[in-house]
Amino acid sequence: MNQTHLSPDDTAVIDIRKLHTSYGAAVVHEDVSLSVRRGETFALVGSSGCGKSTLLRAIIMLLRPNSGSIRVFGQEVIGLDDEQALPLRRRWGVMFERGALFSSLTVAENVAMVLREHTQLSPRLINEVVALKIALTGLPASAAAKYPSELSGGMRKRAALARAIALDPELLFLDEPTAGLDPLSAGGIDELVQSLHDALGLTIMMVTHDLDSLWRVADRVGVLDGGRILGLGSMDELAQSEHPVIREYFYGPRGRAAQEQTWKRR
Amino acid sequence: MTTDPIAQLQIQAATVRCSGVWTVRGIEALEPTLDALAWPAAPQVILEAAGISALDTSGAWLLHRTVRMLQQRGKTVNLQGLQAEFSHLLQLVEARAATAEHVAPIHQGGLESLGRLAWNQLRDLLSMLAFVGEVALVMLRSVRHPRRIRWLPLLRNLQTAGFEALPITGLLSFLMGVVIAYQGADQLQRFGANIYVADMVGFTMLRELSPMLTAIIVAGRSGSAYAAQIGTMKVTEETDALRTIGIVPYELLVLPKMLALMIALPLLTVYADVTGILGGMIMASSKLEVSYDVFLQRIGDAVNLSSFLTGIVKAPVFAVIIALVGCFQGFQVSGSADSVGRQTTMSVVHSIFLVIVADAAFSLVFNWLKI
Repeated sequence: MNQTHLSPDDTAVIDIRKLHTSYGAAVVHEDVSLSVRRGETFALVGSSGCGKSTLLRAIIMLLRPNSGSIRVFGQEVIGLDDEQALPLRRRWGVMFERGALFSSLTVAENVAMVLREHTQLSPRLINEVVALKIALTGLPASAAAKYPSELSGGMRKRAALARAIALDPELLFLDEPTAGLDPLSAGGIDELVQSLHDALGLTIMMVTHDLDSLWRVADRVGVLDGGRILGLGSMDELAQSEHPVIREYFYGPRGRAAQEQTWKRR
Repeated sequence: MTTDPIAQLQIQAATVRCSGVWTVRGIEALEPTLDALAWPAAPQVILEAAGISALDTSGAWLLHRTVRMLQQRGKTVNLQGLQAEFSHLLQLVEARAATAEHVAPIHQGGLESLGRLAWNQLRDLLSMLAFVGEVALVMLRSVRHPRRIRWLPLLRNLQTAGFEALPITGLLSFLMGVVIAYQGADQLQRFGANIYVADMVGFTMLRELSPMLTAIIVAGRSGSAYAAQIGTMKVTEETDALRTIGIVPYELLVLPKMLALMIALPLLTVYADVTGILGGMIMASSKLEVSYDVFLQRIGDAVNLSSFLTGIVKAPVFAVIIALVGCFQGFQVSGSADSVGRQTTMSVVHSIFLVIVADAAFSLVFNWLKI
């Protein structure tokens, strides 16, 4: 509303500059710079092992890069200790590739644990909010009392998502949200992410291989290859790109099929 | 800006005025006060929500709950002034609220949990018996077709459970020998029966302590490792993968371990006999002035072969107990990380318990046979 400053949509929620990461002699990121704007769904793509998940882990402070800068909500995250990181960690939610649900807790307890840890809500309200979050992710109420090992892959992803949004984060990290799911469940997760994004005004950063999901939910896409960002832009822009790696990625047989699907849907 | 965000709710006549930050942090203070509020008595209530500056799903839920609570009291609620994007969120929450039934945890009565406990114990016993039976069948098959024995895992297990246990077994058994000689020294000196320290150390180490000590060390070192390894493999579905490849898990995971322990444990026991006697001998020479020569000669005279053998015979039985209990507990793991820890602990407790029970049984049998 206040136009004297930059409009809030332009401020970067995540801002990465000249990031360099290596495991021993293996260099993962040579020079990665990118930014994610408030309210957008940003997808990071690239071939397996190109360092997408590593970049995600660096942003959420599970891994320390060699040099460069990562600013989240305007605050430098490299070198923060756990105490200083806590306020930041409360503002984002993370959904891991394989769910990483606590196997000794039920789905409801998994979600409730986050709320109990970070809020002083009454047990009654926590139970209600947990049930709501579980319903929001499209899980049946009967799933709440189940243990993660009793759930199917798709349900586990939904449960992981319910835990990630437990605190109503402003920023959501999704690591391969649709990997290993059948097309129907994957589509369901896409819709879910989209509707959460619309309803809650979330900023989403996701790592994915799923071309369908890229066409459907991503506002902007970054292509990571060989430790660098090769291309950055909307799917339509990237589809115009002349870069051989990007062309291979989007115009391989699977890429074309996903694109045609999207055109039909429009 | 730095003050904590707070959600507010004021009641003026028939108007309920909501304002402030209705987020998960903001509603913390408000929520407990809601029940005690004097809600408007009028049948028509206006909920004025224009003052709400931020709303998330938790806040929307509380708003929804408040509206529903008023409706349940027979009032008509008129929600006014909610910002457009917030009402979108509220609608989403309302739409999902129907399916968001709270699932209450199942409560168990005392009698029921007692019954469940007994049933679980019984089931554990039965599945242990089934496990022993199946391993026996696999073993018989392997004896008939020795080519099916997995030699490489067997040798590797022999290395980890046997060879690598040498230092700790040797050290502990040596100390045990020292302690026995030291404890006996005073008593024997009183009677001038110094030389009998050799009998004492020899008999106790060879017949009882060495086999038992070795079995307990191996149960702690290897039995627990077996349970944790197989348990983790079960969690990650590796045991199922083995089955689909056409490998019987017991054949690859249980049999080599059991055979390796049956070979390693008697050998470790002999080693423990030697180091234990060495410890006693050193103690005897320094405290009781029994020289090494005299000590060794006395041991040769006093301790007969059957004493040595009664100790060694127990070792393979202990080995079978440790391997079977460790592997069985590993296969009992289900699903969670907690379960791996629980079964691993159980494997050590059960195998040590059973080893001591078996030792007592051996004593009875040997006594009866007058060995």
